[in-house]
Amino acid sequence: MSDLGDRSGDPVRDRLDAVYRLESRRVLATLIRLLGDFDLAEEALHDAFRAAIEQWPQQGIPEQPRAWLVSAGRFKAIDSLRRRSRFDASLTQIAERLYSDLGDGAALDEDVEDDRLRLIFTCCHPALSADAQVALTLREVCDLTTEEIARAFLIPAPTVAQRIVRAKSKIRQARIPYQVPSREELPQRIDNVLQVIYLVFNEGYVATSGESLTRHDLCCEATRLGRLLVELLPDPETLGLLALMLLHESRRPARATTGGDLVLLAEQDRSLWDRRLIAEGLALVQRIRASRRFGPYSLQASIAAVHAASASAAQTDWAQIVAIYELLLRADPSPVVELNRAAAVAMRDGPAAGLALVEALLARGELLQYPLAHSAHADLCRRLGRTEQARASYLRALELTQQAPQRRFIERRLGELEG
Amino acid sequence: MKYACLIYDDEKLFDAMPKDEVDAILGEYFALSDELGQSGHLLGGEALMPVSSATVVRVRHGRTSTTDGPYVETKEQLGGFFLIEARDLDEAIRIAARIPSARFGSVEVRPVMEFER
Repeated sequence: MSDLGDRSGDPVRDRLDAVYRLESRRVLATLIRLLGDFDLAEEALHDAFRAAIEQWPQQGIPEQPRAWLVSAGRFKAIDSLRRRSRFDASLTQIAERLYSDLGDGAALDEDVEDDRLRLIFTCCHPALSADAQVALTLREVCDLTTEEIARAFLIPAPTVAQRIVRAKSKIRQARIPYQVPSREELPQRIDNVLQVIYLVFNEGYVATSGESLTRHDLCCEATRLGRLLVELLPDPETLGLLALMLLHESRRPARATTGGDLVLLAEQDRSLWDRRLIAEGLALVQRIRASRRFGPYSLQASIAAVHAASASAAQTDWAQIVAIYELLLRADPSPVVELNRAAAVAMRDGPAAGLALVEALLARGELLQYPLAHSAHADLCRRLGRTEQARASYLRALELTQQAPQRRFIERRLGELEG
Repeated sequence: MKYACLIYDDEKLFDAMPKDEVDAILGEYFALSDELGQSGHLLGGEALMPVSSATVVRVRHGRTSTTDGPYVETKEQLGGFFLIEARDLDEAIRIAARIPSARFGSVEVRPVMEFER
């Protein structure tokens, strides 16, 4: 549906294509509210664009394309309900109600931004499984196809399709409301939304191996959702997640060699970092600092901001990074955060100080299956000249690592140890 | 829309609890059902006797077999239910979260199927 015919430079077709890209998800969000059903709304969206393809070339592009599409979609849905109601009498009432609601055309376009937010919150409802939340958000909010989602998460397309169908039927059967949660419930529910967005982003960001278009697309989609959420709900954590994603994304051009090999932060060519994204990210971090309210995402964004603002790895303010990690440990304690803090301590106070922390952490046993814990241990041993220990830890990390670029990186380090 | 709130508890937990604590929880249950009854949310509900009193009935190939309930061994057992009326799942979840057993057992919220006759 994203390609609305041949693009022979026909201005109406071009405009329609642009309207589809910009507005189709908003129109869908509103139609879901009006029709109260995901499938019916998707069908109506499809019909509305089909009507536009037929009518706009003759009648001209309407002044408010979105309102036109919502209205066309609604009429199409009423038609379709009436047709079907010949077989199922209960649908007649729904069609009549929808028709009688049509009175004030102005009401069509109000709440549109809220509709998009409603759609996100419904797709990320905690009563749906985490897998279903991600699949549904990518499908309904981002307009990714089932095949694209399947490719991105390396799962079979029928599995994705099934998750989406199941999620939609749960929304309908359990009557998951199509609304932004109440003020009391919002903090709990926004977490879920932020988590889904960050998961989508990470799926696109961490998997440098494929570097396929879809994965990069996932980052774009996640930042687009982040921007949308900031527009709608600019609280510090929302700002923080967007800033974090932008600052990570700014490093993409420097994160791998042309051969696809991993380049560590310390060794990246900082002139390749995207200055525009950094400026946008840093401005958001400023806004968060002004609010003086910090949560896990805004703290991680603050760390990314320190890196982004440093001219080189050597000039990085490691003391500040360690301090922020300590706040992060209080806000969102996890062994992985402890590991990152240990790495920052090693940069501030030297490898021996870092190694003591990493060894204590490994001794606790929680990170024994986490490859980065072993490669961090290996790296610190290497810097301290403990070659044998370094080799053993790199080998352990290699056993646990699935990613091709990670593996090549560790193999390179092992090779250097031999030399 | 009607929802069944199925209440699962660890019966052993109750057996081990001092009597005044059990009484306090029962008191909460009574207060909640009174409140939900007055607000019109409560359509019905019962507490069930322990699973040790349960009998499972199956009819296979026309023969009825009865056995002792196998659910004694599971960690949580169905201990009772509320049938409630709620606007949507969020309202049902808000109500279910106030059921005392949600704090130590679990409450499954299931929409009730409505048949057209």
